[in-house]
Amino acid sequence: MATHKILIAGFGGQGIILIGQMLAYAAMMDNKEVTFLPSYGPEMRGGTANCTIVISDSPISCPLVDKATCLVVMNQPSLAKYEDMVEPGGTVFINSSLVKQGVKRSDLTEIAVEAGELAIGLGNEKMANIVMLGALIRKMNFVSEENMEKVLAKVFSGRKEHLLEGNRVAFHVVK
Amino acid sequence: MSEKQLMKGNEAFAEAAIRGGCRLYFGYPITPQNEIPEYMSRELDKVGGAFVQAESELAAVNMAYGGALTGKNVFLSSSSPGIALMQEGFSFMASAEIPMVILNVMRGGPGVGGIQPGQADYRQATRGGGNGDYHIPVYGPASIQETVNIIYDAVTLADRYRNPVIILADGMLGQMMEPIILPEARETVTEEEIRIQKPWALLGHQDKKERTVVKSLRLQPDDLENHNNKMHEKYIEMMEELPQYESYRLEDAEVVFVSFGSMSRIVREAMDHLAEQGIKAGMIRPISLWPFPNKAFDEISPKTKMVISAELSIGQMMDDVKCAVCGRFPVELLYRTGGMVPTPLEVVEKTKALLEVTK
Amino acid sequence: MKTVFEYTRGMLPVTTGYCPGCTHGIAHRILMEVLIERGTLGETIGVAPIGCSILSHNYLNVDMCESAHGRGPAVAAGIRRALPDKTIFTYQGDGDLASIGAGEIVHAAHRGEKFTTIFVNNAIYGMTGGQMAPTTLIGQKSTTGVDGRKKEVSGMPLRMAELLATIDGAVYVERVALDTPAHVRGAKAAMHRAFEIQEKRLGFSFVEVLSTCPTNWGLPPTAALKWLADNMIPYFPLGILRTPGEVK
Repeated sequence: MATHKILIAGFGGQGIILIGQMLAYAAMMDNKEVTFLPSYGPEMRGGTANCTIVISDSPISCPLVDKATCLVVMNQPSLAKYEDMVEPGGTVFINSSLVKQGVKRSDLTEIAVEAGELAIGLGNEKMANIVMLGALIRKMNFVSEENMEKVLAKVFSGRKEHLLEGNRVAFHVVK
Repeated sequence: MSEKQLMKGNEAFAEAAIRGGCRLYFGYPITPQNEIPEYMSRELDKVGGAFVQAESELAAVNMAYGGALTGKNVFLSSSSPGIALMQEGFSFMASAEIPMVILNVMRGGPGVGGIQPGQADYRQATRGGGNGDYHIPVYGPASIQETVNIIYDAVTLADRYRNPVIILADGMLGQMMEPIILPEARETVTEEEIRIQKPWALLGHQDKKERTVVKSLRLQPDDLENHNNKMHEKYIEMMEELPQYESYRLEDAEVVFVSFGSMSRIVREAMDHLAEQGIKAGMIRPISLWPFPNKAFDEISPKTKMVISAELSIGQMMDDVKCAVCGRFPVELLYRTGGMVPTPLEVVEKTKALLEVTK
Repeated sequence: MKTVFEYTRGMLPVTTGYCPGCTHGIAHRILMEVLIERGTLGETIGVAPIGCSILSHNYLNVDMCESAHGRGPAVAAGIRRALPDKTIFTYQGDGDLASIGAGEIVHAAHRGEKFTTIFVNNAIYGMTGGQMAPTTLIGQKSTTGVDGRKKEVSGMPLRMAELLATIDGAVYVERVALDTPAHVRGAKAAMHRAFEIQEKRLGFSFVEVLSTCPTNWGLPPTAALKWLADNMIPYFPLGILRTPGEVK
């Protein structure tokens, strides 16, 4: 397996960091090597948020990514900011509910997911990140769906258990 | 052995300290290490320990000293400006021979600086940021797992030498997540065991024995000189026993990087890119920063053209590198500062430029 | 024959290095007598400050540590977390406590730390040679204010007991003096109350002790005692500023 270098970006509050962490958890459960590196800053809400996940079969030296194999953008400014950081031949997932102008480069594969609209359709716009996560895993097979289901159950447990069912549906909405 | 788990660096560091035997933590909020006091405030109570959010780093370091002079193991963490404020306590503890495990999750400086990763506290840590003739062993681990292991081992190391130990992590290591295996929790010792194992500890004389005094003041210069000489013997022992490093691909290396911590991981990937482009690059990764692993530099091949100190500070480590290289090879500097972290490709380009200049 | 005087085993059998007429010796002795009378001498940890009384660890027969200048209350807070069952005190002068350590003492009180602070206020820096302290009186001469303290330049002398008494966690605050035998007995009684508060873990207890510095005041010992009574007590009134009901 090649090394996957995944960059997920959006604005603070979209659950960017959460889906990045979930991806890392599932990768660990798949017995893969993984690193998760979040951006961090003084703004708690509304600023930009991004994280980088490296998944590999062999030990990972650098958690920092200069050329991503896969970019996930949840809002328009993130695409403008990170499009150039994708390796030629890489894949870009866009949340087409908020990203109206798609990928400019011709050497990239764009996969548009109506994550925002689909989440609204399911009754909770906040689940757009999980809709995107489901689409990402189904198309790219970074981690096993079985382990991601376990991670979902773990993340939405305890105080958040009432959110599990809805998020499970959101996770499966993109086939 | 516990199973693999995905943990945020800062939380793993806190847990490593607890498992290492530290039941006392004193801290003050400062980014990018806030997860540590937060974790300690949740967890220490559960294991019979205590957490205090001090009014300042100055108070925190002195609380830590107070806790540690009873023979209990204490963990202390902060980030660059907070560590600067703690220097009074570090010098005091070194002088009073009080063990302490100190973690600096470094950020960009000087002054308040920024909150992104940096390594510019290198000089402060390795040279002693406080007053007087003293040394503190300093480690610069490169992964969450290695940091966890070093914190865990530092608890016994600090006890053994009766001296503080500093671990330099940075904002990147503190904020990132990696799967790790946590070490088994050490058994904590009872007060009676401390009385036997650490006769210097203050526990009350119980009207039975001579009282014990923990002190730093030595007004008679001959007394102070004797004390400093005694301490220096300890430091010489550290210099012999503690140097630690890893080396990669030194044989036939055209260029040898010297890099520690987060930066060494970036360099490690850059080495692969360089190899693809036909440039043989090796690396010495110091794990102990003081004492600096000078012997590692004897492994460098005579064919090597250049040694590059790659750091997130402007040549602070290069002084040690030059000293270790001792004129055998040209030493160049590759750095970013202020919280800027280079990508592997940037390291590749800068390295090629450095090699070009010397051709 | 009835014993009328005994050297307390709370003090080590050494001659102190304090100046003739300095009242640190009296404060030390009554403090140690209190610990013996309370049966806690062997279970006590003392924290010495920076200033003349850093030397206290040479004289007081309890386990002791030094602290960096002003940080005694932070050190004591750390000791308290490590040793929940012991008796802990800091012994601090006015430069140490009211100047460089003003932050640490306020926050120790603020957290209601379960230890006792003996604050020896002689209105001047002793060890360093008579410089102005935060508690130096208006008009009082010092080596950093040779014409006497001026309000416009240095502010009014800081009343630490009053300041700390505004903090909820400081459950016992009293000011005493060492100028007369009656006041010395009163000071000892105050220390008893302070340690009782600590033993009951009710909160932070604080005894400010007005003391003399004949050397730096430039007065003979007896005149220094009179100077204390005539000048310090009017500005730093004696008495209990704060006490919980259950301590008599």
